[in-house]
Amino acid sequence: MSDTGKQKELEANKLAAGDYRYGFHTDIAEDKPPKGLNEDTVRLISAKKKEPEWMLEWRLKAFRHWQNMHEPTWANFEYGPIDYQDIFYYSAPKQKKPSPTSLEEVDQELLKTFDRLGIPLTEQKRISGVAVDAVFDSVSVGTTHQSELAKHGVIFCSMSEAVLHHPDLVKKYLGSVVPYTDNFFAALNAAVFSDGSFCYIPKGVHCPLELSTYFRINAEDTGQFERTLVVAEDSSYVSYLEGCTAPMRDTNQLHAAVVELVALDHAHIKYSTVQNWYSGDKEGRGGIYNFVTKRGKCAGAHSTISWTQVEAGSAITWKYPSVILQGDNSVGKFYSVALTNHHMIADTGTKMIHIGKNTKSTIVSKGISSDHAHNSYRGLVKIMPSAEGARNFSQCDSMLVGNHCSANTFPYIEVKNNTAVLEHEASTSKINAEQMFYLRSRGLDLEESVSLIINGFCKDVFKELPLEFSVEAVKLLEMKLEGSVG
Amino acid sequence: MLEIKDLHAGIEGKEILKGINLKVNAGEVHAIMGPNGSGKSTLSKVIAGHPQYTVTSGVIEYEVNFKKLNLVGMEPDLRAREGVFMAFQYPVEIPGIPSSVFLRAAFNAICRHQGAPEMDPIDFDQYLRGKMKLLSMDEKNIDRPVNVDFSGGEKKRNEVLQMAILNPRLAVMDETDSGLDIDSMKIVAEGVNKLRRPDNAVILITHYQRLLNYIQPDFVHILYNGKIVRSEGKELAQEVENRGYDWLIK
Repeated sequence: MSDTGKQKELEANKLAAGDYRYGFHTDIAEDKPPKGLNEDTVRLISAKKKEPEWMLEWRLKAFRHWQNMHEPTWANFEYGPIDYQDIFYYSAPKQKKPSPTSLEEVDQELLKTFDRLGIPLTEQKRISGVAVDAVFDSVSVGTTHQSELAKHGVIFCSMSEAVLHHPDLVKKYLGSVVPYTDNFFAALNAAVFSDGSFCYIPKGVHCPLELSTYFRINAEDTGQFERTLVVAEDSSYVSYLEGCTAPMRDTNQLHAAVVELVALDHAHIKYSTVQNWYSGDKEGRGGIYNFVTKRGKCAGAHSTISWTQVEAGSAITWKYPSVILQGDNSVGKFYSVALTNHHMIADTGTKMIHIGKNTKSTIVSKGISSDHAHNSYRGLVKIMPSAEGARNFSQCDSMLVGNHCSANTFPYIEVKNNTAVLEHEASTSKINAEQMFYLRSRGLDLEESVSLIINGFCKDVFKELPLEFSVEAVKLLEMKLEGSVG
Repeated sequence: MLEIKDLHAGIEGKEILKGINLKVNAGEVHAIMGPNGSGKSTLSKVIAGHPQYTVTSGVIEYEVNFKKLNLVGMEPDLRAREGVFMAFQYPVEIPGIPSSVFLRAAFNAICRHQGAPEMDPIDFDQYLRGKMKLLSMDEKNIDRPVNVDFSGGEKKRNEVLQMAILNPRLAVMDETDSGLDIDSMKIVAEGVNKLRRPDNAVILITHYQRLLNYIQPDFVHILYNGKIVRSEGKELAQEVENRGYDWLIK
């Protein structure tokens, strides 16, 4: 069957199964070198990006390291083997004008795609208050509000541009939080990463706009390997948002991203994600493997890094946004809602590594599982000998909808300083029949009732999201749970 | 308005209601009394449509706006949107959801069904505060999560508030007086009295006669072992208070 024919069939399937309104495919010519992975692939990607020698060297070192690594197997799920030679590592849409100098020159098909995703990019339509870097398969197609941000000294551009125009910053910070030796997927990413966003907030600047990256996978059988780096200098503040979607296909696609955050003295980085990759159909066919390494370093004293994530998509989500609390009095936060339905799997949580004195971390994790899904919270709180007076509060709640799903909590705690204070609370509940009857006896239908209960359950996380995102997140959960209850 | 005919119903295969017949007209207040285990709470849950209870035979005819419906088999939310309300004996907690949000969602769901305009949050806030004043309730509770950490009395008053907001045609109040001290009971009763209208009806389910000192029923029914064994005027309640149930059930 042709790709569009398949696409139509899948869309029809999906309409019957519930709605994934981002499942469409954009028909656009692609610059797509052959499948497979070897040193030449790495060189080719680097050449496509016209990268300097040092960048290529770093990639090659990563690649050679990766070749000696093994795919980890400790996660609480199984998945079919990934054939790393059967993936396209680079796919860029062919544009009529090869390198558009402004967003107005970007190919109409691409602009239309982002319009349809609710992320208008052109000057007259774009969302005020939010600067967007739009990534389509392996490349960034454009970044909005750049000149406005430049007035404040804020750099917000694609990773490819950063490598070319801000090499000193990239050299200094790339891999400083997640080195390529860190893990199998981080090494792979370092070798073949194609794009992503770079943000730099100078000393004392409160970034005037929300910065955001929208990741779109479009081409079939491609892997998306993006890399994001956010650096906040002394006493700066930035709120960064990330959204992701992909077309519906009956094969799995790999998304292995790396995100690194660096917060210097008194800096504050707030990083929010609403992840809605295609999660496969009702029988569990297709969907994205979302194997991501996200880590922030509170390098400076009194710095704060806060991760907020709403994970509602992907066939498998495997990620642990973490914070290294190196600076004294630094603060790490992790707020997560992971929703799994049909045959989705999520193994997610965080690591809080306390090194500095009086460092504080907060973990609030809410897992919701329905149908045949598996949802695990996995978290590590580690107090190093130097972390005098460290504090942690963890709360991990799971909610089950129906009788075929499961939830697990794996909290790991390592304490090497006895002045530390740690609190851990965990609960597992089912959507309670009496709650449902109570709400329904007041006139709310099945779905409205579930949505209210779920909203109440996730409130502590939703309130951490920027307003427009929290509305979006609520809608997303409602859409996902439609048809799951009853 | 409501006519229950030969209603048999139970839970998990056990029959609890064994042929109930009851007719309630608009404007009337009916009290249903009976000893523990007689089926009082089951009756209220079956009228409201609790999914754990099964109706094995009989009908619950409900007439509203010139429509005649059989409530048996209808989803509980549809019953509510047609104007049926049940005040719970044990109101349920909904963590994280402010009362104002919950009540507006319910109010608008009913409006939508009945073809009335929905209310925006600002208008609804005024409407809600007005009703709270009517029931002498503390307005600070407006943003507290539904029933969470409410005292027993607060929960029961919250049920009456919901009744005031949703404005049902038929309200079934399941032991709303239980667990209330005398002052709270007076407030609840006063609230119910204020909500009485010629076009709505109330079924009061109660174990004790004392609530009926404050809400005057038109009829009193005695439920025993799944059947209504006696129906009379309000004097019957006093007689039960004086003599107990035994003389009625042998």
